[in-house]
Amino acid sequence: MAKINSPADLKNLRDQLKSTTDLRGEPKEIQVIVHMGTCGIAAGARDILEQLAIDCSQAGLDNVTIRNSGCVGLCDREPMMTVTDKKGEQFRYGKLDRKKVSEIVQKHLLSNEPVLQYIV
Amino acid sequence: MDIKARSHILVCAGAGCVASGSLEVSAALQSALEAKGLDKEVQVIETGCLGPCAAGPVAVVYPDGVFYQNLKPEDAAVIVEEHILKGRIVERLVHKEHATSQAVPALNQIDFFKGQERIVLRNCGVIDPLKIDDYIARDGYQALAKVLTEMTPEQVTDTVKKSGLRGRGGAGFPTGLKWEFTRKAQGERKYVLCNADEGDPGAFMDRDMLESDPFAVIEGITLGGFAIGAHQGFFYIRAEYPMAIKRVQTAINLARKAGLLGENILGSAFSFDLEIRLGAGAFVCGEETSLINSIQGERGEPRIRPPYPTQEGLWGHPTVINNVETLANVPAVLFYGADWFRQIGTAKSGGTKVFALAGKVRHTGLVEVPMGSTLREIIFNIGGGVPGNKQLKAVQTGGPAGGCIPADAIDTVVDYETLTKAGSIMGSGGMIVMDEDDCMVDIARYYIGFNQDESCGKCTPCREGTMRMLEIFDRIVGGEGTLEDLNLLERLGNLLKKAALCGLGRAAPNPVLSTLKNFRKEYEAHVIDKVCPTGKCPGLKSGKSNP
Repeated sequence: MAKINSPADLKNLRDQLKSTTDLRGEPKEIQVIVHMGTCGIAAGARDILEQLAIDCSQAGLDNVTIRNSGCVGLCDREPMMTVTDKKGEQFRYGKLDRKKVSEIVQKHLLSNEPVLQYIV
Repeated sequence: MDIKARSHILVCAGAGCVASGSLEVSAALQSALEAKGLDKEVQVIETGCLGPCAAGPVAVVYPDGVFYQNLKPEDAAVIVEEHILKGRIVERLVHKEHATSQAVPALNQIDFFKGQERIVLRNCGVIDPLKIDDYIARDGYQALAKVLTEMTPEQVTDTVKKSGLRGRGGAGFPTGLKWEFTRKAQGERKYVLCNADEGDPGAFMDRDMLESDPFAVIEGITLGGFAIGAHQGFFYIRAEYPMAIKRVQTAINLARKAGLLGENILGSAFSFDLEIRLGAGAFVCGEETSLINSIQGERGEPRIRPPYPTQEGLWGHPTVINNVETLANVPAVLFYGADWFRQIGTAKSGGTKVFALAGKVRHTGLVEVPMGSTLREIIFNIGGGVPGNKQLKAVQTGGPAGGCIPADAIDTVVDYETLTKAGSIMGSGGMIVMDEDDCMVDIARYYIGFNQDESCGKCTPCREGTMRMLEIFDRIVGGEGTLEDLNLLERLGNLLKKAALCGLGRAAPNPVLSTLKNFRKEYEAHVIDKVCPTGKCPGLKSGKSNP
């Protein structure tokens, strides 16, 4: 590590680093769950999870917790993910692909505009 | 490109878990992640001690906060396949409530963690102890930055004084007052020493702290240096703690590189540096004046006080000596303020205390509770009580300088004054739980034997007194004790308390006097009936019907 030359530099460094450990605590205000049941994985949920992680990193989203869980019962709509927003409202997206995930990250997670046409 | 990890697997790499194989588990998790192509999305982090040492190796998966225990390397692939990939908790590997056998996967729902309040252990088991970035990310060194920009040394000592922080080595001397004495003492040079010569049998608070969050202690010493006007500090660590020594040395090097130790810290006018000195295994070197002698390369024997080290310490210069846990509290006290610290704990004993819970208790390990918690809360709520349907008999606190508190005083609250009144002491945090199978005479004999062995021999009361007391115990457990021996133990004990030179000798009779007071009948059975009720003493008849 380079030398930290002032208290102000230390504060900046702390702010930059903050998000590296805040995963190890309470869940953040927005939660996205990728459904990884056998049906989901067979339909390509693994790609969805990976794309979501890439897009969230690229967008610098620090207020999103990414989790995975089993099937929600709509196996023919897989791959699916559920977004729970700041207010606790749930949005279930289905028949996803990498492009749709990127669109949801941009519109819903960044700008709080749900992408209605992908909702099941 | 770099993906920010969506999940962290924290694997405990404290000494306890390492001994039970956590590094192998960690390596197995890493290769299982790589095999599934998940190693970019999911990060394995080797942390310091999480606390529940008996359940090791342990790991926590975030963001879900699921606690896994008793892991084996072959469990790694299952956790990756089931939990990390499919989001299914592996129930077989989570904690089970002992009363109901119900699985409790969430860390923050487990009784062992729920009952704790963590200030000192705030980073333990959460950060990689050797990554200064992790420490900084969790507000590390913000207290130092605040002090260097906003406060004078006087304001720092005043804040610590107002906080009510007292010495966690066990004696409970107000830390701020000690700092003030040293700050005001005349001297061209001053020193801060960190006492990490933890020697109580069954105690491992300081070792864990140094292994799990060394930067917190380093920041605490640095703050102490600023407060008293010192430019050099020393860690005095016992040589039996190789992992702690290695991690502290690595942390010192990293802090120097980051400009957080050395010349002009954070660009200020304040310079301070740290070195490690090793203790060679003498218990008495935990006593502050013996510790000073040992660092100076002299025989580890106590000096007569006064003068106190705050006036004439290391090489004759004013010196502050604080225990590891005391120093680990300091950054939090200065960052959050004296009022915040005061509202935790009791009026006379502010803050929390870390205990090393050991002996006949279900969940052994490291716990931190607010001062003023009861022994019952610690042993039953957090520790899960005595295993095997056995009855609690006594709780030993304070190690060889402490005493045994009987089961009927289980609602005793934990603070300096109350524990002293109960015939024990707070001590540095060893807490050994004893059940119906433990013989209190045998326990007292063990501790007096320990103190006799560790007596440095400088003063007659301690050298001779502990030896004579041990001889009497040998008579008693050999079936040759008399009632008069019990009076003799009491007389010798009281004499040591008054006449010994240092804390070791003065506290050495505590385990004897407290058991004599609280378990007199058991002693009488040994000397009158020549019976050991628990069957522990081989020279006597067993009091158990079916031994």
